[in-house]
Parts: sequence; C-alpha cells; structure tokens
Amino acid sequence: MDALTAAVDWFAVPLQFEFVRRALLVAVVAGAVCAVLSCWMTLVGWSLMGDAVSHAVLPGVVLSYMFGLPFALGALVFGAGSVALIGVVNRTSRVKEDAVIGVVFTALFALGLVLISTVPSQTDLGHILFGNVLGVSDTEILQVVVLAAVVLVVVWFKHRDLTLYAFDRTHAHAIGVNPRLLETLLLGLLAVTVVVALQAVGIILVVAMVIVPGATAYLLTDRFERMLVISMGIAVVAAVAGVFVSYHANVSTGGCIVLAQASAFTLAYLFSPLHGVLGRRRRRALSAVLPDAGAQSTARQ
Amino acid sequence: MTSAIEVVDATVHYGDVLALDGVSLTVEPGRICGLLGTNGSGKSTLFKTILGLTRPDRGRVRLLGMDGARARRKGLVGYVPQTEQVDWDFPLSVHDVVMMGRYGHMGIRRRPRPADRDAVARALARTDLTDLARRRIGALSGGQRKRAFVARALAQGADVLLLDEPFAGVDKRSEATITDLLRRLRDEGRTLLVSTHDLAQVPGLCDEAVLLQRRVIARGTPAEVLHPEIVMEAFGVHVGEESGSTWTR
Repeated sequence: MDALTAAVDWFAVPLQFEFVRRALLVAVVAGAVCAVLSCWMTLVGWSLMGDAVSHAVLPGVVLSYMFGLPFALGALVFGAGSVALIGVVNRTSRVKEDAVIGVVFTALFALGLVLISTVPSQTDLGHILFGNVLGVSDTEILQVVVLAAVVLVVVWFKHRDLTLYAFDRTHAHAIGVNPRLLETLLLGLLAVTVVVALQAVGIILVVAMVIVPGATAYLLTDRFERMLVISMGIAVVAAVAGVFVSYHANVSTGGCIVLAQASAFTLAYLFSPLHGVLGRRRRRALSAVLPDAGAQSTARQ
Repeated sequence: MTSAIEVVDATVHYGDVLALDGVSLTVEPGRICGLLGTNGSGKSTLFKTILGLTRPDRGRVRLLGMDGARARRKGLVGYVPQTEQVDWDFPLSVHDVVMMGRYGHMGIRRRPRPADRDAVARALARTDLTDLARRRIGALSGGQRKRAFVARALAQGADVLLLDEPFAGVDKRSEATITDLLRRLRDEGRTLLVSTHDLAQVPGLCDEAVLLQRRVIARGTPAEVLHPEIVMEAFGVHVGEESGSTWTR
C-alpha cells in the first residue's frame, strides 16, 4: 500500500504545479505530432533532412525574439527557406544531396549563433538549443497547439498519399498524382513539426523526436496503420516519463524525453518479436522445433 | 485505329550524354511488345519518356491517342517497377499495394469505397493472390511480387501496361505463370510494353519486339529481331541453339 501511495504521489505532487502541467501538455502534443510524422521520415529516409531543418530554424527564432514576433513565424520562414535552398542547390550543382544538406544547415545554424551573440541577455541560447519546456509562456503554448492541429488535420486528409509517395513515386506519377507536390507537402509538414517540437526539447534534440518513435514502431510491426499508433503511443509515454523523471531528478527535461524514446528503441531493437535482434533468434530456435513458426521469416529472405 | 503507344522521334540527353537518339515506336492495342537492349541501351530512359518522367528534348509521346498526362490522369497507364526499385521492407500488405492502384479514382482522402474494394478483390483473384492478400509485400516470392504489381495495374483499370524487367528474380515456374497472365491480359485488349534483357522469354511472350541501342536497331516479330546477326551486334553474344538459355548481356 505504501508503494502505491508513493507511486501516486510521484505523479500527483508535481501535477500540483502549473508549470508541470503546462510542460506535460507541450511535451505530449509535440511528441504525438512528431511521432506521426516520424513514420514517413523513417520510411523515406529523411533523418538528415530532419536534422537540417531543425538546425536551420535557429536564425529565424533569434530574429523573432529580436523583433518581438511569434517564434513560430521566424522558425517557419527559415525552416521552409532551408528546404527550398537545399532543393535549389541540389538541382543546380553537381554536389550530392547529403553534402548540400550539410552545407546549408550548418551555414544557417552558424548565422543563428552569430545573431544570438549580438543580442546578449535578450534571449537565452541554452533555452533555444536545449528546450525550456518547464518555462513555456501562454503564447508559446498557443503556437504549439495551433501548429500541431494544422499538421494533424493535413495528415488526416493526406496520409494515404504520403504513404503512396514514400512507397512508389513512379506509380504516383503514373496515376496522375504529382509526387513533387507530395514531397513539398511532406517537407512543409516536417518544417512545421520541427517548430512544434522546438519548445519541448530544443533545436539539438528535435531530430530525435521526428525519427526515433517511427524507427521504433518500424521494428515492432509490418502494418503502416499500426506503426502510426505504436509510434504515437511510444512518444506520449516517453513525453510523460521524461517530464516526471526530470522533475524528480532535477535534470534536463528535453534530455529525459529523448532518453525515454531511445530506451524504447533499444528495447524494440533487442526484443521485438518481429524484427528485434534477440526476438529473431528466439523465433529461429522456435522454428527449428515448430517448422510453421518460422515460415514467414524465411519467406522474407 | 489509334495506336496504344506512339513515340515519335524521341531524343533525350543527360547532360552531354545522348541517351535516346530519334527513337520512334508504335504499339497497336492488344499487342505485347518486347523492348530489348543491354544495360545502358536507353530502355529505362524510353520508359521514363513514355511515362512522362523525362521530357524529351525533341519528339513526342501519345498514349491511346491522347496526351500522356491526360492518359495518366484517367488511370490508363499502369507501371510495374523493377525489383530493385521497390523497398521490400515497407510495412504494407499485398492488399494495401494493390489498393494504391485505385488512388487516382478516389477522393481527397483516398478512402476506399465498395467499388474500389471490388476492383482490388477482382485484381487479386485474376493474379491468383487472394490467399496472400494480407501478407506483407516483401514476404512474397519473386514471381508473386511481380504479380502483385500487375494486380495493382489491373485494379487501376490500366489499358496500357509498362513492365520493367518482369522476369528478373523470378524462378522458372513463375516465369510461365507470368507469361500466361500477361498473354491473357493482352487477349482482353490491353497493350503491354515489356522491357527485358532476358531474350529467352521473348518468343513465348511477345507479338513483336524492338531492339534498342540508343536508337532503334531492329523491329519486327521476335524471330526477326532475334536474328543471330542482329543480336550479335547489340548484345555481343551468339544466339545458341539451346533455347531457354538466358542472355544477360
């Protein structure tokens, strides 16, 4: 009984504080939205793109604070701008795409660092880079919720098209669906999602939020719809766990959220019955005894 | 009569490299045309040009008597990709993949209606994949994978099918199944353009053939195009007497 009371208190005590409740809201919303998008990021192979867009928004965030604009505005302009710039340089030079991405996002990130050093004490570099979910303002919460809603509505309408794009662009083209348009849509969603997640975990760790849940779910299922649900579940649990652990241990919240996601990935990597390293071995041992149990795994080869 | 596929004088450059040099190709409805050539002969470029993925520097493409873009919007053009172009780890079932053939006929959310489900069920039955519909696409054998993509084109209602190396990674028995399936589709009036470097499959499948080497080297019946001297020139091999052998170059 004492253990139960302690467990309840572990959650209940922090929840008495408004800043914890607000942090939970932002972390869960951001986690869920990122998790949805992470499924396509994993399948298309855009982790580097996620890293790029998240770093490239730094100058936009700094400029927004300098001019007293909503942080999301500047971040969106630079997020979308970086994607466009990467596309243009990629198409018009012989440099390969990953190198173009590397050049563009580091340049914009560096510009952000220089800008931030011109406005001492105005904004806290640490908060932008590493997140400050325990100190989010009302307007920041509003921006997070609105942008998250926009992403979810668009995804609700277009999720089958995004999967079509991820699976077979040529077929999309052949049936008169413009793959370029779908690519632009997915990149746009990525830019908005990155901005949502900035508030929760900061620029440096955003890429984890748009990759790890999807990659984890990918190890756990062979059905895309299930992958979306599992990914969201993992992200929400990780957000809650991260906020509470960071409260009790008095450590970085963004760090805790991402560590919780990474733990989930590690567990799936090792023990997933379908695609885990150890799960696979167990199934192979099983199939030696029961030939039928291994039928699907051998057919996959 | 309008031709199903009509390519006139298509010329394509990649930078300084000439990929297609004034290629003209006409396939009448209800015919299977084999597109033969080595790697780098321009087969893929011609496919991309017909699909409208590559815009030719010169020349034009018409499908079923209309502009290519219009034919695509109507769902009349089906594409069966090469094995290497597909991510076989993708978490989709056979049913999911075939349903993608219907997307052009659906509303903005691409929610399947009864008519779409019927079309998918019929396509799966035609390709003998009904029992495997719930399988993950990558869990199929080589021949079943090809049939799944043919089923996608059937569900789509395509009249013109472009098949890129349909016999690559397919065992002997499945080769016969696929040949049989494609010929039946042809008998129903569909037009098939089949790119292959597997010359052994050509006589049993194709009504006509075109040999490509950046330009059209030969065209005619399979027997005419597979004339030893012509094949020697294009492929650098002799056509042996042992029929059924596979020429990979």
